[in-house]
Amino acid sequence: MRSMFSFRAEGSEFIPPSSKDFVLPPIFGDNEFTTKPIFLVIFSVVIISIFFIAASRKASIVPSKLQFAGESVYAYVRNDLGKDIIGHEFMRFVPYLFTLFVFILTNNIFGIVPLIQFPTMSRISFAYVLGIITFGVFHYVGIRHHGIFKYLKDILFMPGVPKPVYILLTPIEIATYLIVRPLTISLRLFANMFAGHLLLMIFILGGEHLLQGAIGLKLVSPFAFAFGIAITFFEFLVQCLQAYIFTLLTALYIGGALADEH
Amino acid sequence: MSYTLLAAEGAPNPLLPHSAEIVVGFVAFGLLYFVMLKKVVPMFEKAFKARTEAIQGGIERAEKAQAEAADALVQYKEQLSNAQSESQALREDARVQGVAIVEELRAKAQEEAARITAAAHASIEAERQQAVTSLRNEVGALAVELASKIVGEALDDQARQSRIVDRFLEDLEKSK
Repeated sequence: MRSMFSFRAEGSEFIPPSSKDFVLPPIFGDNEFTTKPIFLVIFSVVIISIFFIAASRKASIVPSKLQFAGESVYAYVRNDLGKDIIGHEFMRFVPYLFTLFVFILTNNIFGIVPLIQFPTMSRISFAYVLGIITFGVFHYVGIRHHGIFKYLKDILFMPGVPKPVYILLTPIEIATYLIVRPLTISLRLFANMFAGHLLLMIFILGGEHLLQGAIGLKLVSPFAFAFGIAITFFEFLVQCLQAYIFTLLTALYIGGALADEH
Repeated sequence: MSYTLLAAEGAPNPLLPHSAEIVVGFVAFGLLYFVMLKKVVPMFEKAFKARTEAIQGGIERAEKAQAEAADALVQYKEQLSNAQSESQALREDARVQGVAIVEELRAKAQEEAARITAAAHASIEAERQQAVTSLRNEVGALAVELASKIVGEALDDQARQSRIVDRFLEDLEKSK
């Protein structure tokens, strides 16, 4: 879509990709609910649901190939992110962690899937949504587990610390629990996807632009494309990693809220 | 925040959220969570549980069988040693009883022999006594008869004398 707008005439000035490229117009008229990112999110929910329902519908002792594929992802989140980090109460949070992981992973990978090629999480709204849910979940869990007063007291006055240190520590703790955690978890995901997509656009669109320039520039163009492909592989790694990190941090926060000592 | 506004502003701030996306984000994630919670996670958990039970059940069954076998072995050994000690005791008993029986029989036989001997002695004594008594009577009578016969006849010569003795002896024979 971008290429159609950016390179109307040969030799026109190269317009570097910017945050404008992440604002995609509605597909149907003026309806804000018909943008590509929104369709992608809905599409991700549909395909994830279909895949995992199909994989788990006839779950048996000896798994089919499909069940094995779904089960591997599930077991990974359940055991490595749930059980090992949260502890004995982990089973309550497995559905949430699992949903989080596959949702983020799928939407991230949209960034390198041909024809789709847009990581939904590079729209910060979705990252905020997930950050807010995680924020709500871990505070709710902590309050339910400790009671509101003890929970707040543990946050405001970390036990086992000399009293004068509270002057420094209490504001830091408040900022950590109320602002830093939900914001950083969202921003980390968003920024990685945003920057990755920007990087891809620069190399691919840049390569395209070079192709339209003088003969010398045309010769450089393949390198730009090759680099773009290399970056694509790198992006795949980042996309998986970010899904993992978001889920891992959520599990850590829940585990921390459940722990008896902060 | 509308798109026309964004476009007019130039580069939009990518950190500002978009209301429609927020709504869709919550709804979509909520829906997916619901599907996972109700459909996917329980089925996977069921399969995990069944698998764990299948493996654990197999191990438990094997362990149980082994324990039973070990129990049976102990039991058999115990029974065997019981039987052995029992037979030992029986043999010992039998030997002791045998000795006792032999001893008893021997005592009885000796007693019987002694009784018989005593009875024999008694009857012999009685007979002897009787013989002595009758002998004494007879010898007396005979002596008296002989003396009277000797005295009653004249004992002149040797021939007569011997005749008298012979006759006496003949009479003695006859009277017997």
